Amino acid sequence: MTRWAMVIDLDKCVACQGCSIACRFENNTPPVKPSEALKGRAIRWNDVFPFPTNPLEADAGEYPETKQRYIPRPCMHCENPPCIKVCPVQATFKNEEGIVQQNYARCIGCRFCTVACPYGVRYFNWQEPEWEGTLNEHLNPDRIEGPGDLEGPAVRPKGVVEKCTFCIQRLQKAVARAEAEERDFDPVDYQPACVQTCTGKARYFGDLDDPESTVSLFEKSPRAFRLLEEVGTHPKVIYLREG
Amino acid sequence: MLHLDPKDKEKLIDPLFTTGPTFWSVIAILLAVIGWGVYMYVRQLIFGLGETGMQRPAYWGVYMVNFIFFIGISHAGTLISAILRVTGAEWRRPITRVAEAITAFALIVGTLQIIYDLGRPDRFLYLFTFGRMQSPLLWDAMSVTAYFLGSVTYLYMPMIPDMAILRDHCPESAPRWRKKLYTVLALGWRGNKTQWKRLEKAIAVLAVLIIPIAVSVHTIISWILATTVQPGWHSTIFGPYFVVGAIFSGIGALFIAMTIVRKVMGLEEYYRLKSYRNLGLLFIAMTAIWFYFTGAEYLTLAAGQQTAEFPVFASKLWGEFAPGFWLMVVLMAIAFWVQVVPQILPKKAENSFLFKPGLAWSSGVAAVAVFLVMNFSRNQPLAAALSQPNIRLIGWIIAAVLFVVGGLGFSMWLKTRQVTAIVIASVAVVIGMWLERWNIVAPTLTHPRLIGFWFYHPTWTEGALTAASFALFILLFMVFFKLFPAISIWEIAEGRAIEAAEAQVEVALPEPTGVPQAAHEGFRK
Ligand code: SF4
Ligand code: SF4
Repeated sequence: MTRWAMVIDLDKCVACQGCSIACRFENNTPPVKPSEALKGRAIRWNDVFPFPTNPLEADAGEYPETKQRYIPRPCMHCENPPCIKVCPVQATFKNEEGIVQQNYARCIGCRFCTVACPYGVRYFNWQEPEWEGTLNEHLNPDRIEGPGDLEGPAVRPKGVVEKCTFCIQRLQKAVARAEAEERDFDPVDYQPACVQTCTGKARYFGDLDDPESTVSLFEKSPRAFRLLEEVGTHPKVIYLREG
Repeated sequence: MLHLDPKDKEKLIDPLFTTGPTFWSVIAILLAVIGWGVYMYVRQLIFGLGETGMQRPAYWGVYMVNFIFFIGISHAGTLISAILRVTGAEWRRPITRVAEAITAFALIVGTLQIIYDLGRPDRFLYLFTFGRMQSPLLWDAMSVTAYFLGSVTYLYMPMIPDMAILRDHCPESAPRWRKKLYTVLALGWRGNKTQWKRLEKAIAVLAVLIIPIAVSVHTIISWILATTVQPGWHSTIFGPYFVVGAIFSGIGALFIAMTIVRKVMGLEEYYRLKSYRNLGLLFIAMTAIWFYFTGAEYLTLAAGQQTAEFPVFASKLWGEFAPGFWLMVVLMAIAFWVQVVPQILPKKAENSFLFKPGLAWSSGVAAVAVFLVMNFSRNQPLAAALSQPNIRLIGWIIAAVLFVVGGLGFSMWLKTRQVTAIVIASVAVVIGMWLERWNIVAPTLTHPRLIGFWFYHPTWTEGALTAASFALFILLFMVFFKLFPAISIWEIAEGRAIEAAEAQVEVALPEPTGVPQAAHEGFRK
């Protein structure tokens, strides 16, 4: 079996938000007007933000004696995801390779999953998505489609939930390419856009079930930790502590 | 031709066929409010849920609060009326119909809230075609559906004999469709023995069945919140807490509806004080239980001081949600006070200076003045002084004492006005319970673990749809009671028969024990 996982080395992350931009273009995440962003409606599948967010936990100190940390945050693709358990129509589900998928053609927009996800990685389309000018002509044409199924970077209708998919369309393309070239699929061929782009080379991607893979080796590192381990979700995004 | 008491005819049947201008003007106002709501909803459909104040992280808002609130109100009815029927409480007779109607309409309006809240209402039926059993939302869809079907049946069945009465006593001047309607709804009721027997049996069975369904409905609604791992929601107490809250707000709504029906239709003889008093006792008990649950829930949160939960707790007690939270507490305290204190004050207390109306008024006004100065003072030095914690504390204590003194005087006035007291309590409870749901839903959503804290401001869209929902609720109620009698005529008649029979029976008192008898028998002490 395969279990796709990501490792993010916080020591190497420079908080440039290159991953966020790469994700936006790979996955056609709709931009929103600044006024809407101020209302908290921006859609950032891959967010980079100061951590912790809870002011009671922050020990940042007074300027100039401050300590500031940033954390890049995709979907954790939890082993035990609270989001899929609450979805009433199976619009979100975990596939056998551990990727938590989201079907825009099925979602009824009840936002139960957005409420249930402890990481806040799920976003709702409050308006019809719009791209200005030429941006419109440069959307990623990839889409995953079938009867009653619409996933991946396909432009979402208003009123549905979306989230990071580990660029599942790239997995499909890599598998298809291997098939066309009549060779075995090599996990190295599959990389989400954020991993590929990362300025500090802080991100690694691979199969957690393969004990030789980079992610498996890093998982055993004493620096390895997961976000909100106490909520029992068992994320497959593993962070490497700073310092 | 079924028998009908002439008094019942005059009070309960005749008003159904005469409609005054007041009725139509109220209907017009309600329709206007509903029209506004429809307009706003169409806008929301066209432009998306961005028209509301919801955002990330407050993914749910007023619609969810309304949903929990209305479904809670729905427990008035069937649950209360079923419990009262099962326990054979005689005083339930005049109130069951109103209670059951509240249930049916609150469920309709409550379910609408979910539809407003959906991003894709066109896919609503996916809930049934693609339903996934693990989701609490699906449990909810099922239990609400079951409850709705159950309560509509439960509303309808006891109406059958009344429908037959209406069919037989429909005045000539009434429109033809009404006579037809009653004929169809009466299902050929002739009032013979077999029919009565079957009806009684069916009602009895349904009354027992509906109680667990009703309990499950609000438990499951609480599980929508409690099965997540979000701070402040993930609590085992939520099931019973919500059920208690639901019955509590249900009784409040029932009292309000009952009193309006009583006043508007002039049914004082039917809704006797006894019904008020007995249901009032249940109400007082629910108030106490509610305080107990709320205290238990908040105490554990406060003592635990967990990093994720504590901010939620803090936001309610002294943060941005504090006004709503304390308003809720004060309203509930008022509800408890106006029901209990006037009853336990001795009649003689009137003469004490503490209970003079003059003192009550002045201390009430003073309490409000202190409150306003403390919270809205623009005067610089004063505001600065008031921002010191100790001074603030003293200010709050003064305001509270004045408030209580005002309440004491007011209690004397309420002592002889029990219905007024209960209505005040009911209004306080209904508003308080809406706030309670708000205080559960909003603070947790705005204090998530990994998103910066936020606040949620509803917009006019949510306001309009909420107003329209209440208007729709009232409209359904009015139309229903224009078509059908507000009181179950046959149950009242049955009650009268029972009372008359009881008056006939000579209760065999225990024979006076004592010497004379013994002496007669030849015994000696
Ligand atoms: S991070 Fe959130 S959205 Fe992603 S799998 Fe876990 S619970 Fe679901
Ligand atoms: S918003 Fe969509 S994906 Fe999320 S729980 Fe509801 S139906 Fe499922």
